[in-house]
Amino acid sequence: MSTADLFTILRGLPWTAALTLGAFLAGAVLGVPLVAARQSRILPLRFVAMVFIQIVRGIPPILWLFIIFFGLGMSVFPISPFNAALAGLGLIAAANMAEIYRGALASIHFGQWEASSALNLGRWYTLTDVVAPQAFRVALPSAASYLIGLMKETAVASTIGVSELAFQGNQLSQLTFRGLEVFALVGMFYILLSLPVAWLSRVADGYLQAKVAR
Amino acid sequence: MLPSYEELSAWLPDLLSGLSISLQVTALSLLIGIPFGLLLALGVLAKSRLTKIIALFLVEVGRGAPALVLLQFIYFGLPTTGLTLGSFTAAVIALAWNTGAYTSEIIRASLQSIPHGQREAAVAIGLNRLDALRYVLLPQGLRVALPALLAFSILIFQGTSLCFTIALPELVSRAYEIGSNTFRYFPALLAAGVLYASISIPAALLVSHVEKRAGSYAQR
Repeated sequence: MSTADLFTILRGLPWTAALTLGAFLAGAVLGVPLVAARQSRILPLRFVAMVFIQIVRGIPPILWLFIIFFGLGMSVFPISPFNAALAGLGLIAAANMAEIYRGALASIHFGQWEASSALNLGRWYTLTDVVAPQAFRVALPSAASYLIGLMKETAVASTIGVSELAFQGNQLSQLTFRGLEVFALVGMFYILLSLPVAWLSRVADGYLQAKVAR
Repeated sequence: MLPSYEELSAWLPDLLSGLSISLQVTALSLLIGIPFGLLLALGVLAKSRLTKIIALFLVEVGRGAPALVLLQFIYFGLPTTGLTLGSFTAAVIALAWNTGAYTSEIIRASLQSIPHGQREAAVAIGLNRLDALRYVLLPQGLRVALPALLAFSILIFQGTSLCFTIALPELVSRAYEIGSNTFRYFPALLAAGVLYASISIPAALLVSHVEKRAGSYAQR
């Protein structure tokens, strides 16, 4: 392994980071309307959201990427590998984030809702001013561990040709025939990437956890 | 967009035999991986430093590296040391390692959730460490771990789709092959998706049912 080989693998890093952050942001934003629909008082809406979440989570990520990239990309509209991976992983992240939000909302004590209605706050203000800020703090650790999981999931994007870490490793191992070192190194990069996220989440959790009513 | 009836009946035998390979890999990975996870959990909790370090290393690498990289490490990496494995064996080894690493954390957490008095009581009635584990701690710990282990099994079933990258003829490979032969990618991949969902959605519902029941029986 020369330093040139190391840099070849490192070239995949920005793609992995972009894909992870993009998919996570898309999921964190789209998860909000999804959980709202999932908890809605209108039964058909609740049912549709539930079925949608189950279907998205019931099919493996690699198959979602194939359905979008090969299935839709070849017959309906051409799509670049990166955009296909972003769309697929964003979709999966949205379903998973909706479930994380739902768990966090369920963990907020119902006394908070009662107190808000005693203060004559409307449903909307109860949610945005009282419940959501606390639910966000409860959701943070699971969201952070999901972010780490999502980062590892982006490795499947290598199968449709996004030149991220696993893809670079694959290319390099075919060029040099030194799969052992190359894949060990690629695996190590993923582990190293997850360390700062885990650390930041612990630090943030320490600050925020103090502000949740019990 | 949707597969026609003729197409479906032509593809289905192929897809189903792919599904059966996916299920075989899942079953073998879990059968090997969960006992391995138990060993790793005991290793991490062990008093000996060396055992602890080896177990921690195996757990952190098995959890920290993506399953896809583990698969490729074993299938493309190990042959450079002279050890060549078939894609089925490589798939089982990589996913069993992944299973072991994740389940060891599940099992460790559930063993630690057992009240300390249980261990003390086992010592008090003269059970040695192995018997205390076998008759007192594990039966209670595994009951706590069951929902999480079942939920993880679904993930491993979905994880078998990664074996596409090491040319194992499982469900995704079959669907992709049909797609590239007939250029009917969307219908073929959709059919594979329906097959995956038809197993993992009922399984997920079952897990949430078990979770609710286990919650009501938990003694704390």
